[in-house]
Amino acid sequence: MKELAYVRASDPAQAVATVADDPDARFLGGGTNLVDHLKLGITTPGTLVDISHLPLDGFEETADGLTIGANVRNSDLAADRRVRAGWPVVSRALLAGASGQIRNQATTGGNLLQRTRCVYFQDPTTPCNKREPGSGCSAAGGYGRYNAILGASPACVTVHPSDLAVALAAVDAAVLVLGPGGRRRIPAAELHRLPGDDAEHDTVLGHGDLITAVELPASALARRSTYVKVRDRASFAFALVSVAVALDLAEDGTVTDVRVVWGGVAHKPWRAERAEDALRGRPLTEAAVRAAADAELASAAPSSDAGYKVPMVRNATALAFRRLVPALAEEDR
Amino acid sequence: MDTTIELTVDGERRAVTVDTRTTLLDALRERLGNTSPKKGCDHGQCGSCTVLLDGRRHLTCLALALSYDGAEITTAAGLARDGLHPVQQAFLDHDGYQCGYCTPGQVCSAVGMLDEASRDAPSHVTEDLDVPTTLEDLTDSEIRERMSGNLCRCGAYPGILAAVRQVAGA
Ligand SMILES: Cc1cc2nc3c(=O)[nH]c(=O)nc-3n(C[C@H](O)[C@H](O)[C@H](O)COP(=O)(O)OP(=O)(O)OC[C@H]3O[C@@H](n4cnc5c(N)ncnc54)[C@H](O)[C@@H]3O)c2cc1C
Ligand code: SF4
Ligand code: FES
Ligand code: FES
Repeated sequence: MKELAYVRASDPAQAVATVADDPDARFLGGGTNLVDHLKLGITTPGTLVDISHLPLDGFEETADGLTIGANVRNSDLAADRRVRAGWPVVSRALLAGASGQIRNQATTGGNLLQRTRCVYFQDPTTPCNKREPGSGCSAAGGYGRYNAILGASPACVTVHPSDLAVALAAVDAAVLVLGPGGRRRIPAAELHRLPGDDAEHDTVLGHGDLITAVELPASALARRSTYVKVRDRASFAFALVSVAVALDLAEDGTVTDVRVVWGGVAHKPWRAERAEDALRGRPLTEAAVRAAADAELASAAPSSDAGYKVPMVRNATALAFRRLVPALAEEDR
Repeated sequence: MDTTIELTVDGERRAVTVDTRTTLLDALRERLGNTSPKKGCDHGQCGSCTVLLDGRRHLTCLALALSYDGAEITTAAGLARDGLHPVQQAFLDHDGYQCGYCTPGQVCSAVGMLDEASRDAPSHVTEDLDVPTTLEDLTDSEIRERMSGNLCRCGAYPGILAAVRQVAGA
């Protein structure tokens, strides 16, 4: 690890100014991703600005819902009674990620900004456009089992690893940012981006932008929501694919409104809008759910290694709806 | 760049001089001579470096020591200060180890996990998030899931599960 300066931030504005003024500085949250990357030599900052002691660690009830401080730990967010009742998909996604110890340490802001688990990104001896722009993409012709099936580009074929980000996109959450140019509010579904010809940037944030909080708006959709995650082992593994669903059903079983967001399939949480459009205003059946998933997957372009993700995400989507509406599966039998 | 911080480790206040890059694990093992937490993977993937930090189970390999100035740390060794902790006794009773390398991390993780469960923290396998979690609800699948951050290369999982089940009283 290269020589490193450490500064403990005393307030958010000062933290932003310190990082914004120094291209070589990075925010340090819980450190579960950044410290790993320092050891691996993936990132070599000159200065760490430790934001983990800033008082951004509270929950605030608002007229519209709940605001979560960026330093709230993943375990505390998942266990919060209000979140479990009002936004169960958020609790479920967090509980399906990492381990008990890591969730005690990882922060809300850091979770959203964790970097890809692409094996080549994590190995500084191999070309990777995300780690070293212009060096090439080793995953495109290499080990491809974890690759994207939607929205990839020749520059980068990886997927975003955060479970929380997928859940937040399904409940219309917003991310509050304090940057060198002031405050902004970004819909959670628009925080992450597709790679295009710029693989380096995971999100729309710039250098010095600090996530200060996440807003969870209350809704009927969010109250009836869940998360399904498929992994290589039963626990403590990243998603092969995952599905966040939020559903508002009329009494006669017609879909009033719905969100379907997929993880493990793209460079960002993939809002399956074509699937949502196919379901909205119609009676909910298992066949309709599968047809809706297929409508979205029509644009999928998987490599042969990642082809298994197509049926897997379709099945996981059907399972998520069955968890929310147990009667579904029986109707279709 | 060296800085001196203060840690309370197993009940003793200790000053320790660390580089900005020193992890909590290296500070404990290499600078303070407390070899109870183990370095398994050094990347957050095995749980053998687990301690109780300000009362919660916490990895020490992905933690920069400087960020924890003033923290209170209990290692598995510290849990045995006044005789074996019930979790440690249960590991003995049920052969919850073979080589013992993962054991200090397993023990600290189990202590932290039981505390979480007694404070209504749900897990991935909890069926209904609205029902309060209690120690008595800890089924085998709950215990396995909640302990999944601690790997055991010897495969002593059946003994570990039995030990944790005994302490939970389920
Ligand atoms: C073994 C292992 C398994 C894991 N499994 C999963 C999993 O299954 N699912 C999953 O979703 N995650 C998983 N994770 C990842 C884990 O969730 C993240 O490492 C964690 O959430 C990052 O949060 P942090 O606070 O530790 O961030 P840090 O490591 O401190 O920071 C991560 C990045 O975000 C930046 N940053 C941090 N906070 C802010 C902020 N407030 N504003 C702006 N920038 C900020 C940092 O500069 C850094 O670039 C796993 C991690 C490990 C080690
Ligand atoms: S997929 Fe993206 S992260 Fe992986 S090697 Fe290619 S450019 Fe790098
Ligand atoms: S050494 Fe810390 S988790 Fe493996
Ligand atoms: S007892 Fe040997 S690794 Fe667990």
